[in-house]
Amino acid sequence: MATTYSQIGSTVTVGAGGSATISFSSIPSTYTDLVLKVSARYSAAGPFDTRLTFNGNTSAVYAMKSVNGAGSGVPGSASESAGVSTWFGAVQGVTASTFNNVELYIPDYTSTTMAKSASTEHVNEANQVDARGYLITQLWNPSTQAVINTISISVSSGTFTQYSTATLYGIKKN
Amino acid sequence: MAEVLTAIEVNCTTGEVIERPLNAEELAQREIDMAAHAIEVAEREAAEAAAAEAKASAQAKLAALGLTADEIAALSK
Repeated sequence: MATTYSQIGSTVTVGAGGSATISFSSIPSTYTDLVLKVSARYSAAGPFDTRLTFNGNTSAVYAMKSVNGAGSGVPGSASESAGVSTWFGAVQGVTASTFNNVELYIPDYTSTTMAKSASTEHVNEANQVDARGYLITQLWNPSTQAVINTISISVSSGTFTQYSTATLYGIKKN
Repeated sequence: MAEVLTAIEVNCTTGEVIERPLNAEELAQREIDMAAHAIEVAEREAAEAAAAEAKASAQAKLAALGLTADEIAALSK
């Protein structure tokens, strides 16, 4: 793994003022797959979502399905379009100083013939019953398929708080 | 003074990291996302409330037929 799993660019660490968007641009096409790891917390109580955007494309060419489970109760599910994913960061007010863990995997991001899929594992950290784990699948299917060169995550209300981090990795298969 | 919302951008080729204010297009998209999510949350909560109400009604009807609480619980396992 060590020889094929490389950090791309630098880790973003959000400063004291917070940030509404984190982007990685000019992603080199020299890898096979991409992995985005995020540790995030929101400044607002919501309602909000985190928009995942490829190449700055905010058209309604995205789809998302998710399943989630908490410490108790019936597992939930969600389905949305327009590139919106749910619960990317911990809600402000849920256990203080906790940050969510998110890993987004994007295979075959350099294809110019196939739609791009992304799978996300996500834990909504909270020291309470409603701490949730999520599995999310997303699809980006523009009319003309393109190499992914920019990945952005944007929170729709408030900001990612100070100390939220995001790191992008490239995976090169041998 | 109004809060200035910012974006942090990492250029993966040059290594440059910049922090800049959101532009008008990004602010407009943010408003759209917020409104869309508020609707989605309201719809989801309404659906969950309806499902919970239907479940409670069904359990009450089963109890009226003579099923014990354990028997009713066993049906949903």
